Amino acid sequence: MTKQQANWSPYDNNGGSCVAVAGADYCVVAADTRMSTGYSILTRDYSKICKLADKCVMASSGFQADVKALQKLLAARHLIYQQQHNKQMSCPAMGQLLSNTLYYKRFFPYYSFNVLGGLDSEGKGCVFTYDAVGSYERVGYSSQGSGSTLIMPFLDNQLKSPSPLLLPALDAVTPLSESEAVDLVKTVFASATERDIYTGDKLEIVVINAEGIRREYIELRKD
Amino acid sequence: MKLDTSGLESTALFFGLSNELLDGFSAAPFFEVPNTTNFDGFQKEAIQMVKPAKGTTTLAFIFKEGVMVAADSRASMGGYISSQSVKKIIEINPYMLGTMAGGAADCQFWHRNLGIKCRLHELANKRRISVTGASKLLANILYSYRGMGLSVGTMIAGWDETGPGLYYVDSEGGRLKGTRFSVGSGSPYAYGVLDNGYRYDMSIEEAAELARRSIYHATFRDGASGGVASVYYVGPDGWKKLSGDDVGELHYKYYPVTPSTVEQEMVEVAGA
Repeated sequence: MTKQQANWSPYDNNGGSCVAVAGADYCVVAADTRMSTGYSILTRDYSKICKLADKCVMASSGFQADVKALQKLLAARHLIYQQQHNKQMSCPAMGQLLSNTLYYKRFFPYYSFNVLGGLDSEGKGCVFTYDAVGSYERVGYSSQGSGSTLIMPFLDNQLKSPSPLLLPALDAVTPLSESEAVDLVKTVFASATERDIYTGDKLEIVVINAEGIRREYIELRKD
Repeated sequence: MKLDTSGLESTALFFGLSNELLDGFSAAPFFEVPNTTNFDGFQKEAIQMVKPAKGTTTLAFIFKEGVMVAADSRASMGGYISSQSVKKIIEINPYMLGTMAGGAADCQFWHRNLGIKCRLHELANKRRISVTGASKLLANILYSYRGMGLSVGTMIAGWDETGPGLYYVDSEGGRLKGTRFSVGSGSPYAYGVLDNGYRYDMSIEEAAELARRSIYHATFRDGASGGVASVYYVGPDGWKKLSGDDVGELHYKYYPVTPSTVEQEMVEVAGA
């Protein structure tokens, strides 16, 4: 008598890729806008990027229903924090909150692969990268999602920042300027779109710097 | 020894072969086939379930001056290297360290939780918690989650009133007190170098170099270990990070490339 297998899965993968790059005084967070299921495209115009706090933006790929639930939860927690502490949450604080939120569902995880980007309390760019159950680390750049195996090696080649574990410590943020970083991200997505079926349609780029947050849209291949 | 073939006969009848065929093939036995959906892979799955490979190398040992703790920094998801800069030595508090092997999220979360519990103990009892106590707190938590799929292979290293302390704690519920441990897929290689070079009365620099070399050799031979070899020292004043070296660079430091004499040189042939 074989064990009864479930013929229904609570998860689905809506595909897509996300990238975040930290600079000396800016942070670039980008994601494509294609939402798929299996081999079908559900929509070409879905934003995977969510502003969690003044200087903190999250991009998530994976199962968008779980992503939406996660975004709502974090937004609610941020509201409570603002009312209790009378200030916005810093990016590192939001990073820790996201990690704990993900781990609380350790035995029924959020199928959500996140990158958090923003400015830390000193105004330097910071990027946090997560796995589905909440392990996280602060890095100079990261990518998640279906195209990440294509994107990460390219970013390693262009941006390879010294590991934060080295002693004596070397600065991890990329030496690129803001416009160079945005151009790099556009190149990265153009390449990922070529070889990943789940990445394409449009690219949404969000840039966070001392002045605030600005958004840009670039067309990608729709095939 | 006469084999009991009663089981084989009944299966032949069950598979509903006609009598003529049965007579022709009565000499050849039928083997019971396990009733699974995936005949080719089911055993592999079972083995994988039982053998959690913690792709990492961490080690810790007690010596005359205190405790030396070292780890690599690679995180792998199957065959893909998801990060080369993971902090596997977790600072629970200024005088206690924990190492990470197994599930990164599990280790990060529970070590942080342990840090909180240790702080609460300090506030409630007006004194620092012992390494014995801290490791027991963690081991009890992990034991209560036994069988639920947590993957944690950690060492708690610290300095308390009784001196240096080192415990190994894992997600199966095991907790061992000891003086030398290495955890992870690279641990056999690390043990080889560590056990060979270990002496109780080493100076801090010698112990650090031994720890560094052990991690380097493990990263050299184990594909799931790599990145940066971090070495921490725990003494009476707490822990201190001694070094963080890229293992790629350590390789050329230990085995520098010597220019060898060229026997035959290839010459460019003019294109015909």
